[in-house]
Amino acid sequence: MSAVSTVDRPVGGATAAGGPVRRLASWLHRHGWVRLTALLSAPMAWLVVAYLGSLAVLLISSLWTVNSFTGQLVREPTLDNFRTIFAEPVYRNVAVRSVAVAVAVTIIDALIALPMAFFMAKVASPRVRAWLVIAILTPLWASYLVKAYSWRVMLANGGPVDWLLGGAGNGPGYGLTATILVLAYLWLPYMILPIYAGLDRLPNSLMEASADLGGRGGRTFSSIVLPMIVPSVIAGSIFTFSLSLGDYITVQIVGGKTQLIGNLVYANIGAANNLPFAAALATIPVFIMIGYLVAVRRSGALDEL
Amino acid sequence: MKKVRILTAIAAAGLLALAGCGGDGGGTPAPGGGLKPPERTKLAALGTGEGQVNLVAWGGYVEDGSNDPKVDWVTGFEQATGCQVNVKIGNTSDEMVTLMKTGEYDAVSASGDASLRLIYGGDVAPVNTDLIPNYKDVFDGLKNKAWNAIDGVPYGVPHGRGANLLMYRTDVVTPAPTSWSVVFDANSPHKGKVTAYDSPIYIADAAVYLMTHKPELNIKNPYALDDTQFQAAIDLLKQQNTVIGEYWSDFTKEIQAFKSGDTVVGTTWQVITNLAKADKAPVEAILPSEGSTGWSDTWMISDKAKHPNCAYMWMNHIISPEANAGVAEWFGEAPSNKLACAKTADKNHCTTFHAEDEAYFSKVWYWTTPIEQCLDGRTDVKCKDYSAWTQAWTTIKG
Repeated sequence: MSAVSTVDRPVGGATAAGGPVRRLASWLHRHGWVRLTALLSAPMAWLVVAYLGSLAVLLISSLWTVNSFTGQLVREPTLDNFRTIFAEPVYRNVAVRSVAVAVAVTIIDALIALPMAFFMAKVASPRVRAWLVIAILTPLWASYLVKAYSWRVMLANGGPVDWLLGGAGNGPGYGLTATILVLAYLWLPYMILPIYAGLDRLPNSLMEASADLGGRGGRTFSSIVLPMIVPSVIAGSIFTFSLSLGDYITVQIVGGKTQLIGNLVYANIGAANNLPFAAALATIPVFIMIGYLVAVRRSGALDEL
Repeated sequence: MKKVRILTAIAAAGLLALAGCGGDGGGTPAPGGGLKPPERTKLAALGTGEGQVNLVAWGGYVEDGSNDPKVDWVTGFEQATGCQVNVKIGNTSDEMVTLMKTGEYDAVSASGDASLRLIYGGDVAPVNTDLIPNYKDVFDGLKNKAWNAIDGVPYGVPHGRGANLLMYRTDVVTPAPTSWSVVFDANSPHKGKVTAYDSPIYIADAAVYLMTHKPELNIKNPYALDDTQFQAAIDLLKQQNTVIGEYWSDFTKEIQAFKSGDTVVGTTWQVITNLAKADKAPVEAILPSEGSTGWSDTWMISDKAKHPNCAYMWMNHIISPEANAGVAEWFGEAPSNKLACAKTADKNHCTTFHAEDEAYFSKVWYWTTPIEQCLDGRTDVKCKDYSAWTQAWTTIKG
């Protein structure tokens, strides 16, 4: 290592070698782990303190309770909140409903995204492809609320959706169906993009080989394309699933009287001022997502993110 | 405010500091029965305005002309006092309590189901009514009531009162309803187009209905429900849930739903009816024969107010005859200031809204926080407290 500085000396001159910056640089060069620590400590601190730390706070506060009259926090650990969640059927129903909505949204998005992404990656000319990518990304620039409220107007009694289906009252109206529809619309780009990326990496020669061996379109898709893009689909599903599971605004706007986990969390923070119970409810999606991610990790889909 | 008395800033600051140290706020668990609110100090003298004031208010209470250029009692106040008014609309009492706990706001228009929680939570301070010249003109029937004073110490100035109404689309709901049964009936012809207020306090509306339709339950006060009575109200609301299209708390959403016809009948406030009519929706609102729940609101000042002088000026302004008349007409409620009745555009307003009619208001059940000690005086049973109401509300919505 000292050889480096000897070689440098004639070039940089005595001043450069003696300069504090230079000395620090060579010291860091010799101590690789310090370099790494300095580089990563800020992002690691962010991850640990702000991200995992807040999760820990969530878990701890879910063990507290609130004085129902004055709204003051009672900082005595108890499992009462979780007991209520497990004892009252309503929370189980809402949790199941939320997961069902997330699953439905994910399936709908996957069904729409697969042909769309395939067209973009394998059929469209590069020029058209560029425009399609732009077309898919553009809606992401519009505000979430604007899109949700537009759907409220579209789904209104006698609105455009009713009109398309042949008259007032024929549309789904506000409710669970409308919620799934709007969420599927909102999160579609997050499904298309990973699948598109996966298909883009799929060599065309594989499909040609399949055709040479007599495979028809359907067979090629099910035996060659699908197995290779499953990780991409799962990557997309992580987005659509987790985004739907946590949503509470869309369902408030178009969901009619439907409640999802997000609404219960929101109601307990905003209306009931019961933060500990809200925290306890918020752990439900956290655990569902952890379970999902652990299952997904085995598929290798996390490499596609 | 011409009569602003000069006060050294030091005194005000010292007072605030004192108020800040006053106890840690209502640690005692069970309310009622000898419970004392935490010690809080009232402002001793009024100083100059701080340049702004942050309010939490019901929609329609703080109008600066942006909804209707003729409806404006804020601009004049701002010009006269130099206090810029910033308002945050609270959609439910629960939301208001939560907002006031942040300490970011100076004053709040609290209904009876929020005021006691704020007082016992130590979030609001008693009010020095000597600093509010207009207080003397407030109806005596509104002063020193259970929801705005503790042991004769006022915690705010009465703003006005009114009843929750039943709104319906005149083109769809025929004949015009006279009873709440149109929203509670499981076989309602308007299934899927009924709305209800999205707050646990709505359970009391079901209780009011049961007072007439199931007298055997013997409900004396809709905010004092024992196990049997509470269960009956819950059952009624679960039955109602099958005909509900959506619940509302954000009233702009309710207006839109009535306008488009997604909702045709349900609870409302007079101001919502006014706004919907202004939007050309064919709606009317009535007080059904069973009576109703209602509100008697109080402007309260935060214990942590950063702009206490402006907040006092605001409290004096909002119960001044002109402003009080303006709010009362716009929101559709009875004013709290006697002299306001002479200032309303519609000279019959005070008669229409029964401003001096205590007999009428005896049929309106003001929002009150339900507590374990039955508010109707029964001592042989325990009543359901507000946390039970909150959890039941989640269950009702399913």
